[in-house]
Amino acid sequence: MAMLRIVPGPVQSIERAAAILRLLARGSGRLGVSEIAGSLGLARGTAHGILRTLHGVGFVEQDDETGKYRLGAALLHLGTSYLDVNELRSRAINWADALAARSGEAVRIGTPLDGKVLVVHHVFRPDDTLQTLDVGALLPAHATALGKVLLAYDANLAATLHGELEPFTRRTKTVPRDLARALAEVRDMGWAAELEEMTVGEAGVAAPIRGQGGLVVGAMGISGAVERICGAGGRPKPMLVTGVRDAARAVSRDLGASRW
Amino acid sequence: MVERYVMSVDQGTTSTRCILFDHGGRLVSVTQREHKQHFPKPGWVEHDAMEIWRNLERIAPEAVAQAGATPDQVAALGIANQRETTVLWDRHTGRPIGRAVVWQDTRTDRLVDELAAHPQAGMVHDRCGLPLATYFSAPRIRWMLDHHPGLRERAERGDVIFGTMESWLIWNLTGGPDGGLHVTDVTNASRTLLMNLTTLDWDEELLTFFGVPRAMLPRIRPSIESYGPAREVLPGVRIAAALGDQQAALFGQTCFAPGEAKCTYGTGAFLLLNTGTEPVRSTHGLLTTVGYQIGSEPAVYALEGSIAITGALVQWFRDGLGIISSAPEIETLARTVDDNGGCYIVPAFSGLFTPYWRSEARGIIVGLTSYITKGHLARAVLEATGWQTREVVDAMNADSGLALKALRVDGGMTADNLLMQFISDVLNVPVIRPMAAETVSLGAAYAAGLAVGYWPDLEGLRRNWHRAAQWLPAMDPARRAVEFDNWHRAVERTFDWIKPES
Repeated sequence: MAMLRIVPGPVQSIERAAAILRLLARGSGRLGVSEIAGSLGLARGTAHGILRTLHGVGFVEQDDETGKYRLGAALLHLGTSYLDVNELRSRAINWADALAARSGEAVRIGTPLDGKVLVVHHVFRPDDTLQTLDVGALLPAHATALGKVLLAYDANLAATLHGELEPFTRRTKTVPRDLARALAEVRDMGWAAELEEMTVGEAGVAAPIRGQGGLVVGAMGISGAVERICGAGGRPKPMLVTGVRDAARAVSRDLGASRW
Repeated sequence: MVERYVMSVDQGTTSTRCILFDHGGRLVSVTQREHKQHFPKPGWVEHDAMEIWRNLERIAPEAVAQAGATPDQVAALGIANQRETTVLWDRHTGRPIGRAVVWQDTRTDRLVDELAAHPQAGMVHDRCGLPLATYFSAPRIRWMLDHHPGLRERAERGDVIFGTMESWLIWNLTGGPDGGLHVTDVTNASRTLLMNLTTLDWDEELLTFFGVPRAMLPRIRPSIESYGPAREVLPGVRIAAALGDQQAALFGQTCFAPGEAKCTYGTGAFLLLNTGTEPVRSTHGLLTTVGYQIGSEPAVYALEGSIAITGALVQWFRDGLGIISSAPEIETLARTVDDNGGCYIVPAFSGLFTPYWRSEARGIIVGLTSYITKGHLARAVLEATGWQTREVVDAMNADSGLALKALRVDGGMTADNLLMQFISDVLNVPVIRPMAAETVSLGAAYAAGLAVGYWPDLEGLRRNWHRAAQWLPAMDPARRAVEFDNWHRAVERTFDWIKPES
C-alpha cells in the first residue's frame, strides 16, 4: 500500500542482535547463552533464538566442546565476495543440466565482476553440435538477460553504468533511462529477457539466484536463436520462462533462500 | 497415453537411492536414505543388510509416488550396487549371518597373505583377472565361514547362501524365503575372485583354492536380462538389470564401443575402458573385469584402474589442514596463481596403487621453497588428480593397444573447470562431461529399460547422451613432458617410506 507512509520504529530483535555482536566483540569473545542473556537482561530463550539465527547466517560460531559462542568468520568477510563462484557452480550444476535438457538450449550462470557479467558456468545446448566452453568470459551487463537480472538487483553494479552505453545491435538499450525502465520491469516480473540486444538473431531469458536472506548472488539463464526462444508476438515462450525461473529457484533453495 | 518410467536402485556405500527416469533419460523423481556405517574394530567396516533392505522397501514406493505414478507405470527396475560387499544369509529365515562385510574392510589381510603364499596362488590372476587382495569378496566369505562355528556345514548344504548387494536385494524383492531368486550378474561375479573370466561361471579350482562351497553361490546371469517380476515392494515390476556401480557408470556414459572410457571422480576415482568381447590381461597393474553382458550376447569386458585418493585430497586440504572451507574453493585458491611454483603433492596416503602397487609408500609434498603459497599447494592438489589419471590411462593404452581418444567424466569433481582442463592437458585428449551427472543410476536404468524394450537398442541410448561441457588440450607438449617428469620424480620419493617390521 504505497499511500500508507508509516515509518516503522526500530526492530527490537535486530537491536538485540547488534548488542550480542558488540558483547562478543569485547573481552575474551567467548560466551555461553546464559552469560549473554544475563549481560543483556534477556530471557534465555530469546537470547538463544537470536544466537541460532546469527549462527545460521554465519555471524556467530559455536564451540563444539564448550557450546560457547564467538564472532563468526562471515563477519570478517562482509566486504568481500559473499559466495565463492566455484561453490555456486557446484551447487547449481545438476539444476543447470536439467534446465538445458528440458529447454533444449544452452545454459549460463553469471555473477557480477567489474561492471560486467562473469560467466561462471556454461552447459552446452544439447544437440551435440560443436560448442566451446565460455566459462571465464565477460559479457556486457546492459545487453544480456543475465546482466539485466544482476543490474536489477544490485544498485552498486547499476551505478557503474552511466552515459551512452555501448551498442552491439540496433536493439541494444544505450540510453540509461531506457535501461532503468527495463530494470524496473525485471524487478516486477522476477525475470529478464534479451531480444537481439547483444547478437542479431539471438534471444535469452534469465532469473535471479538468491542466497540466504534473499540476496541475489547470481543469474541463471538460457540463450539461443530468437525463433526457438520467442513465440508469437516476439515474447519469450512462457514455458521457457517458467523453466528458467524454476531452475533458479531450485538453486536458491539449495543455497538457503527459503522464501524463493 | 500413460507415461511409463524405469526405476534405478543405486545401492551405494553410504546410502540407497531410487530414481525414476523417463524416455529421454531425464530424472523424474529421486528418493534416498542413508544407512549406518559400523566400525567395530580398526580396519573393519560393516553394513546391516536388513537395514539396507528396509530402506529400499521404504524409498522405492516413495519414488513412484513422488512422480505421481503407480507401480504399473514402472516398466522395469535396474540395480547398481556397491561392489564386493559380502552378505551371507539363511535361505529359510531370510536373516543375515552377522553384518555385511564392506569392500573397504581389511580384516582379511592376514588370510590374503597366507593364501598368496600358497603354491597355486599364481593361477588366481590368470583365471579371474584380479590380483589376490582384501578388496574382493572370496576372502571375506572364507573368513566368515572360518569364524562362525557350524557355518561351513550350513553353507555346504546350501542353507546359508552368499550374495553381493544386488543378490541380496533381488532375492528379497522376488519373495525372500518364499522362493526368492538367488542370482548375481556377471559384473558383480567378476569381482569375487571366484568367477572364470572366460567361461563366466564359477571356477572349480578357484572355489577349492578359497574354500568356498559351490552350493552357497548364486547363479550367474547376464547383467541385462529380465530376471523375473518383483513380488515385494513393487509387485509385478520386472527386475531387468544388475551391474556393479562402476560398470553401471560405464553403461550410463554409453561407452559401448571398444576404446571408449569413463572416469568417475569422487573420493577416489575409477577409470573403466571398454575393451570389447575379449578380456585383456593386464601387465600394468590394472584389473580385468566384465563391463556388461546383454542377454545371450557375448560379454563386454573392461579394464579398470582405480585411484585411491582424488577428492579425498581436497577433503584433507579442507578438513585436515583447514586451508579452505568448502571443497569447490580449491579452484578459487588454485586460480590465485598461474602454476604450481615447482611444488608437487603425491597423495600416497595408504600406499600407491595403479601402476606402482607400493604399499610401503607414503604421501609427500616436494619442491617447497619460500616462494610457495597456499595457492601453489591448491594447484598441486588438483594436479595430483590429473597426473594419477594420466598414469592409469598410460597403463590402459599399454595393456589394450587402444589409444584413448577422449575421456568421459562424471562425479562431483567435474564441477571443477581448472581440474577438467588440466586433465585434458595432461592426457592430450578431449575431456567430456555428459548432461546427466547421475551416470551410475542412469546406467542401471538404461540397462533395465533395454532388457524390456523400453529403449529399443544401444543406438537409442546413445541418442539420449548429450555433451554438457568439453575441455580441449591446450598445454605445450614440452611443458607437459617436463611436468610429467617432475611428477615421476616426486612419486619416486614416496617409495620405501614405511620400513618392514623387523
